[in-house]
This record gives sequence, structure tokens and C-alpha cells, in this order.
Amino acid sequence: MADNSSNNAYWAANVRIILWSLVLWAIVSFGFGILLRPLLSGISVGGTDLGFWFAQQGSILVFLGIIFFYAWRMNKLDAEHGVDEQ
Amino acid sequence: MDQYTLNLLFVGASFALYIGIAIWARAGSTSEFYAAGRGVHPVTNGMATAADWMSAASFISMAGLIAFTGYDNSTYLMGWTGGYVLLALLLAPYLRKFGKFTVPEFIGDRFYSPTARMVAVVCLIVASVTYVIGQMTGVGVAFSRFLEVSNTAGLLIGACVVFAYAVFGGMKGVTYTQVAQYCVLIMAYTIPAIFISLQLTGNPIPGLGLFSEYKPGGEASGLYLLEKLDLVVQDLGFASYTGHHQDTLNMVLFTLSLMIGTAGLPHVIMRFFTVPKVSDARWSAGWALVFIALLYLTAPAVGAMARLNIIDTIYNNGITEEPIEYEARPTWMKNWEVTGLLKFEDKNGDGRIQFYNDKSESFAATAEANGWKGSELDVNRDILVLANPEIAQLPGWVIALVAAGGLAAALSTAAGLLLAISSSISHDLFKGQLTPDMSEKNELLTARIAMAVAIVIATYLGLNPPGFAAQTVALAFGLAAASLFPALMMGIFSKRINNKGAVAGMLTGLIVTLIYIFLHKGWFFVPGTNSFTDAEPLLLSIKSTSFGAIGAMLNFAVAYFVSNATEDTPQEIKDLVESVRVPRGAGAATDH
Repeated sequence: MADNSSNNAYWAANVRIILWSLVLWAIVSFGFGILLRPLLSGISVGGTDLGFWFAQQGSILVFLGIIFFYAWRMNKLDAEHGVDEQ
Repeated sequence: MDQYTLNLLFVGASFALYIGIAIWARAGSTSEFYAAGRGVHPVTNGMATAADWMSAASFISMAGLIAFTGYDNSTYLMGWTGGYVLLALLLAPYLRKFGKFTVPEFIGDRFYSPTARMVAVVCLIVASVTYVIGQMTGVGVAFSRFLEVSNTAGLLIGACVVFAYAVFGGMKGVTYTQVAQYCVLIMAYTIPAIFISLQLTGNPIPGLGLFSEYKPGGEASGLYLLEKLDLVVQDLGFASYTGHHQDTLNMVLFTLSLMIGTAGLPHVIMRFFTVPKVSDARWSAGWALVFIALLYLTAPAVGAMARLNIIDTIYNNGITEEPIEYEARPTWMKNWEVTGLLKFEDKNGDGRIQFYNDKSESFAATAEANGWKGSELDVNRDILVLANPEIAQLPGWVIALVAAGGLAAALSTAAGLLLAISSSISHDLFKGQLTPDMSEKNELLTARIAMAVAIVIATYLGLNPPGFAAQTVALAFGLAAASLFPALMMGIFSKRINNKGAVAGMLTGLIVTLIYIFLHKGWFFVPGTNSFTDAEPLLLSIKSTSFGAIGAMLNFAVAYFVSNATEDTPQEIKDLVESVRVPRGAGAATDH
């Protein structure tokens, strides 16, 4: 059984990964899809601009990437800290 | 074979499949009834979650919402998928590790408070019941249009099928039926979309076709599909399709409310109790979003292409020429006129269908010069997906498949919601509160009776939908966002939030959100009792549908301050939080 200090390091690492993932989550949806759309209006994609693409396609694809990255990264972290399921 | 026989064949075959699965997957224990014995493979669970989540609203209404508004309604796409990121990162693995059966059970144990558990039960039941009404009405509509039976008969047939697999199979029966229903609904959604994308752009993938050149029948037009769409809608006085017209604050808050609400809906969360391990819960959330994304990446293409197709049908000689004569209208228009969801009124008496934006002031002069006296066609947005294959003149079997798909979407979500309601009543209310010494056999019986009663009530409400049925979906998301999600998240990520803080936070989020919705939609949705409207809301420009995010923030803030002003949490609760945070030992947690 892992001791408590290892658990704390494990949890701190987990929270850090979550925070970065959520930053990316917010940038692609609220950022590129809505608030930053005017900034991206110069980049045209298929008859419209990049912001429109992020709002209707890109954000969903990035969400998928985030969840699979998190699952992969956390399974590795579990093993590193000896808290994985046997 | 005529269309009616085809519809009957497709719907009949899909129903026979669901019943077959019900007989195969009978639940023998409470663990099987509540959590399918925790033996569901993560990919299977992902597929079932996708069917559970994608309701009649996703299948039938969403593309229509996007089609008639364009970019501004991208909020639905981002909101209903972005919630899965929150679910995967903040809730699912930890709740699986906790290893119990219901969402209120976690809240009750973590905040060592039966009151907190009961507040959660009330939120869960109100959110799920309001949500299920919409599914049942959807079943009735699909039946009456495609099978030419009365709305009532259709609804009763649907209720009997759900009864068969949900009452006997519980979570186990529902899970495997949902897998079958997912397959039916995704084929029904994507096959017509692929045909239409090929017709209009030559690209078989609708999500790519949306950003391709507009090539109707293979002829190059020199314009992208979205450019073409922007041109024709503006020529008819509508706002541009790709433009941003709604106010930004509301768009952000609405998207956030949908995301938090999605992550807090109990019937979705409880699906993650069914997988064997914590790591499976993480993967499973990803698979769920893969299966959801197949529909959500297609939906915006379906919307844009259907809008273009409808305009093209009416102005068949081009946008600057006269529209078609009413007598020459295509069959799909005649079919939908029967249902009352598509209406034509010859306002200027020329026998032609003028369809344009008669609310646009800048377009009024053009309309008058043309001798138009108002838009003469009224198309209900909800028919768009169901009528889509007919509009694009696809073969009869595609239309039949769409009928079966719409029913699969409504039934699978209804079953998931009914399961959340019945588990909560039997496990949280009876086993947890009223009769704690009930045997497992009796608990299973109670769960089945609760499920049967819930189906009867849902069927009754589906037959006599309260006038506010459409508005209550906002209520379901508002409650899940403002009350359940923050309590669950704080329960995992903070050891300091105590019983008083959690209860105060949940009640604040719940009550303030309810009041804000009632102020705008009428007290208990009674028309005319509202003091504000969503066109001119109380606070800034925040519509009542976007208020869930504000309710959630209030919940977090109140819980934080009340907890810090009162005593610390006991040691055993800190230990509980520690144990929920690490995956090791999840196997043991299942046998309790």
C-alpha cells in the first residue's frame, strides 16, 4: 500500500493535469469558438472562418483528444505512484 | 412495397430486437438491476451512454435548431459535448471508485447528511421526470407520422416495450438494449446525411462536406456550400448563416450551463457505475464521446444542407425567380401538412409559395416591390431531420430507417431516465430512509414497482403533456447544473466542505435558479405569471436558460463560505475522500 505522502504527490499531479486539460477545453470552445472568433476571422476555412469551424467541428474533436489523453496519462500516473488497480 | 409497409417492417424489427434482448438480460440481483453487475465493457458502456444521452431532442430537434439559426446555435453542439470533458476529468472515475449505486447516495455519504441525500433525490426526480415527458411525446409524434396509428396508441406501444426491458432487465437490460438502439439511431442519422452530402458536395463525410464546394449534381458552382447558403438566406431577408448575431455573454453562459448540466445529469453519471474498474470509467467517457461525436459532427451538416434544400425546393428556378406553385409542391410537403407541423397560407393569393423573412425591416421594401404580403410557409423545426430523406428524395428504406431511429433515440433516453428515478426511489428513499432493514429481494421488488409506476406516470404525462413541456428541459439542465454538479465536484476535490456547507450550497443553487426560471417562464410555468421575458431578462442579458451556470457559481461560493465558518469535516470523511481519489481497491468496493 502506498503511503500518504505518495498519495499527495499523486493527487497534486492529477490536479495539475486536470487544470491544463480544462484550460485547453475552455480555449477551443469559449475561446476559439466564441470570444476569440473575431481574431481568427482572417483564417478562412471552407467558405467561412476558423472560429466557425471550431464552434461546429473543431471543439468536439479537441474534447475527444482531451479525454483520451487524460485516460492514457492517468493510467500511467497510477502505475508510477503504485495506486493502479491490480 | 409501399412506404407504410417498409416503416412497419423497420420499426417492428427493431422492437422485436429490443424485446429479445430483454428476455436474454434479466436482472437477478440489485447489483445487476442498478449497475448491470459492474461487468460492462468500457466500449459497450460508451455506446450505451451515447444512446442514453442522445434523446429525441438531439436526434429530432438539434439539427433544426442549427438550421434555422446558424452559427449562434453552435452553443448546443459545444455544450452537449463539452460536458463529457467535465464528466471524464472531474466526476466519473471517482464516483466509480466510491462504488455505490446512485448519485444521491454519494452526496449523502460524503456530506454525512440524510438531508443532503434527500435534496439530491428531489433534484434528480424533478430533473428526470421533466426530461422524460419530452421523450414520451417524441415517441407519440414519431409513431403517428410514420405508422399512421393515433398518438395515444403509439405512446402505449412504446411504453409497453420500455416496460418489458426496463422492469425485468433493470440496468442490465437497459444497457444492452441501448447498445442496439445506438446502432439503429446512428445509422438512421448518418445514412441520409451521407446521401445528401454526396448530392450537394460530392463529399461522403457530412462534416467535411459542410466545408466543401457546393456542387449540386456534380456541377461546379465556384462557391463553397456555406457561402452559397449565406447568399441565399440573405437574399430572402434572413440573417447570415455563419454570422454571429446573438449577444456574446449569453452565448458563453448558455454553453457553460449546458456543459455543467450535462455533467450533472444523474442518468448519465450512473452509467459509469457499471464498468469493472476506475481506469475503465476514464476510457468509457472517451468512448461515449466518440459515439456521440459521430452524430454531433454530422448534425451541423444536416442542418445547413437541409436549409439549402428547402429553399431550393421552393425557389426551384433560382432565388431571383418566382417560387413554385402550391399545387406543384412535392409529396413531403403534403405529408407534413397532414400533421399540422408544416403550414401554407396564400397571403397574396397568387397560388405560389413565398417563403422569406417577413420580420426583417430592411427586406420589407423588396418584398413589397415583389407583391409579397408576408411569408406563406411555416415550417416547424422539429420536422427537419424526419423529413430530410424525403426532401432529398432518398429511397423508401432510408425513410423507414429514420422512423426507427427517432423511436430508438426517444426510447433509450426514456429508459435511462426511468432507471435513474426508480433506483433513487428504491435505494435512496426506501432502503436509505424509510425501510433500511429491507432484504435484497424486497429492494429489487421495490425497484421494479417504482419503475412500473414511473412508466405509468411518464406515459400519462406524455399523453397529456403540460403546456410547459418544451420549457422544462431548461429546468432539468438548470437543476443538474446548479445543484448536483457542484456538490459532486466539491465532494471529491475538497475535504473541507462539510454537511452544512453542502446543504446550504445545494439549496441556494436550486432555489435561486428555480426563482430565476419562474420569473421568466411563469410561476410553476403557469402562463402570464412571469414578470420578465427572455427577450428582456432581469439581469444583464442573461436568459433563464443560461442561468444554470450562475446557479452553480452561487452553489460553490455559499458552500465554501458556510463550510469555512463552521466546524471541520470528521476524520472518517477525510479518509473517504482520500480513498475515492485513488483507483486502487475499486474491485473491493463493488461487493458491499
